[in-house]
Amino acid sequence: MTDRPLTRNIDLNRGPLDIAGYEAADGYQSMHAIAKGLSPDDVLNIVKKSGLKGRGGAGFPTGLKWSFVPRGDGSPAQKYLVVNADEMEPGTFKDRLLMEGDPHLLIDGMLVAAYTIQANMAYIFLRGEYIDAENVLKKAVKEAYQRGYLGKNILGTGFDLDIVLHTSAGRYICGEETALLNALEGKRANPRAKPPFPQVSGLWGKPTIVNNVETLCNLPGILAYGVDWYQGLSRGVDHGTKMFGVSGKVKNPGCWELPLGTPVRELLEGHAGGMRDGLELRAFLPGGGSTDFMLPRHLDLNLDYDEIGKAGSRLATGTMIVLDDQTCPVGMVGNLMTFFAHESCGFCTPCRDGLPWVDEIFRGFEAGTGNEKDLQILHDHIEYLGPGRTFCALAPGATAPLGSGLKYFAEDFEKHITEQRCPYKH
Amino acid sequence: MSVQMSSDSSMIATTSTRARELNAAEIAEIEHEMSLYPDKQAVGLEALKIVQKHQGWVSDESLLGIAKYLDLPASDLEGVATFFNLVYRQPVGRNVILFCNSVTCWIMGCDDLRQHIIDTLGIDFGQTTEDGEFTLIPVPCLGDCDKAPVMMVGEKMQRKLTRDTIDEIVVEARIQSKTRADV
Repeated sequence: MTDRPLTRNIDLNRGPLDIAGYEAADGYQSMHAIAKGLSPDDVLNIVKKSGLKGRGGAGFPTGLKWSFVPRGDGSPAQKYLVVNADEMEPGTFKDRLLMEGDPHLLIDGMLVAAYTIQANMAYIFLRGEYIDAENVLKKAVKEAYQRGYLGKNILGTGFDLDIVLHTSAGRYICGEETALLNALEGKRANPRAKPPFPQVSGLWGKPTIVNNVETLCNLPGILAYGVDWYQGLSRGVDHGTKMFGVSGKVKNPGCWELPLGTPVRELLEGHAGGMRDGLELRAFLPGGGSTDFMLPRHLDLNLDYDEIGKAGSRLATGTMIVLDDQTCPVGMVGNLMTFFAHESCGFCTPCRDGLPWVDEIFRGFEAGTGNEKDLQILHDHIEYLGPGRTFCALAPGATAPLGSGLKYFAEDFEKHITEQRCPYKH
Repeated sequence: MSVQMSSDSSMIATTSTRARELNAAEIAEIEHEMSLYPDKQAVGLEALKIVQKHQGWVSDESLLGIAKYLDLPASDLEGVATFFNLVYRQPVGRNVILFCNSVTCWIMGCDDLRQHIIDTLGIDFGQTTEDGEFTLIPVPCLGDCDKAPVMMVGEKMQRKLTRDTIDEIVVEARIQSKTRADV
């Protein structure tokens, strides 16, 4: 038993455990538990009961997502599991750590997921830039084949699974699950219309589950130690532990596995050591670049999906970006708008044309040419780029820091206009 | 991403003279990829990456060679090649610098480091040095934000960058290129 099921094997000084080391640390117990007589429905029920929510950003219940895959007689024989390892959300650095630090945990989790939905083919969709993770995973997959955890008739269950490691070639939009499927099929990574959802018609038209790396890494513990243990890990409403990160001008930036329900203050002031000397906390994005800003008054909230949601933001990836009082908030939002404008896939008009427009206005503010009309155009885009106006969630994601930034940093925007320069530049 | 060459460096870019169709080693690797996917279209992007690994970039000749080999419309393949950040449709330097300019690196001072690269190497985003050694390309968040600012040089992550460490990395990369050329 452990209270850090995701990171207990991770020691970056010695590199990841090989398969023997991983097995010695209770690894692959989930597949042994399945071999002792758990049916796919049994596993589905365990995962549903555990309350695990997807760790990629949306926080959708994992068991429920799996349950949409057609099962039983008459369902398509070919199904796919796809791992979303395309970590590209600005300020997010958790899946890299999990894959580089303990690759067998991911394969272990993939076995659980693939068995449950009865997929005999799985693709790991890995960011092209993650060369170190690629090398570590390649070796781990090879070891798992040699040891009989992958391939035909795994542990005598009659269940087969092959894993292919696919390295991508960039573009943030590939993190959107239907865009990811198009990329995997060798097409331009434009998102697809939903429905049909991938669970019913996904990769090459077959039922497909796309799960984030961290989500899958939760599964081995749940199978090995049980639902009660898993639910006992958290300090709040949501269950289990989660990877939380802090970056920006804090004393000790980093990534830690903590119980869900940990107070924000404990993460920021405890683990991350608080702000660097001479700097004050101005605001923070709680879960990557497409979440709403939160303020120092939110520090005593707990890191739970609902609690952060009620404060007007999202827990999302759980990796926090900290804004200090000497960094320009307008410049920070502008940087994010540059990112989103660059990463728009170009498919729908509000995103393709709206984001560059917004980005250009921010450049004007920086250059000292911004005016009140520009500010109004930015406000208008909160709606124009918002949910329901676009084909996927990329542009609505951009409106999170844009809208909350305009609200919380109104004075800074005004100063850029009245002073015709960035007041943070000396 | 479009990679534009700096004013007159196209003559000496490292890879521009090697434009050709596919060779046997590339075809063997493409054949291997075909065993992993149920159709040829899925192999298109893999083939582009294979060619780039061997040649440093993807020339028109190679792209047409892949399209012919996999029986894919060249226009579709070009659509894919130009969509993805890491497929280079123009020659690049021996060392591609993927420079993170996303939000955490921005907070941690990457604009200043970008200016330093402009001042010392004479290249900005999308440009290649006169000697064909370095190409500078911006890249979305590299997922190492607790060690920002960061960049990749070739396949290697470079973390907690300062002006001084960038100078050292540049010198080291030049030495390594020279060593490779001498072998």
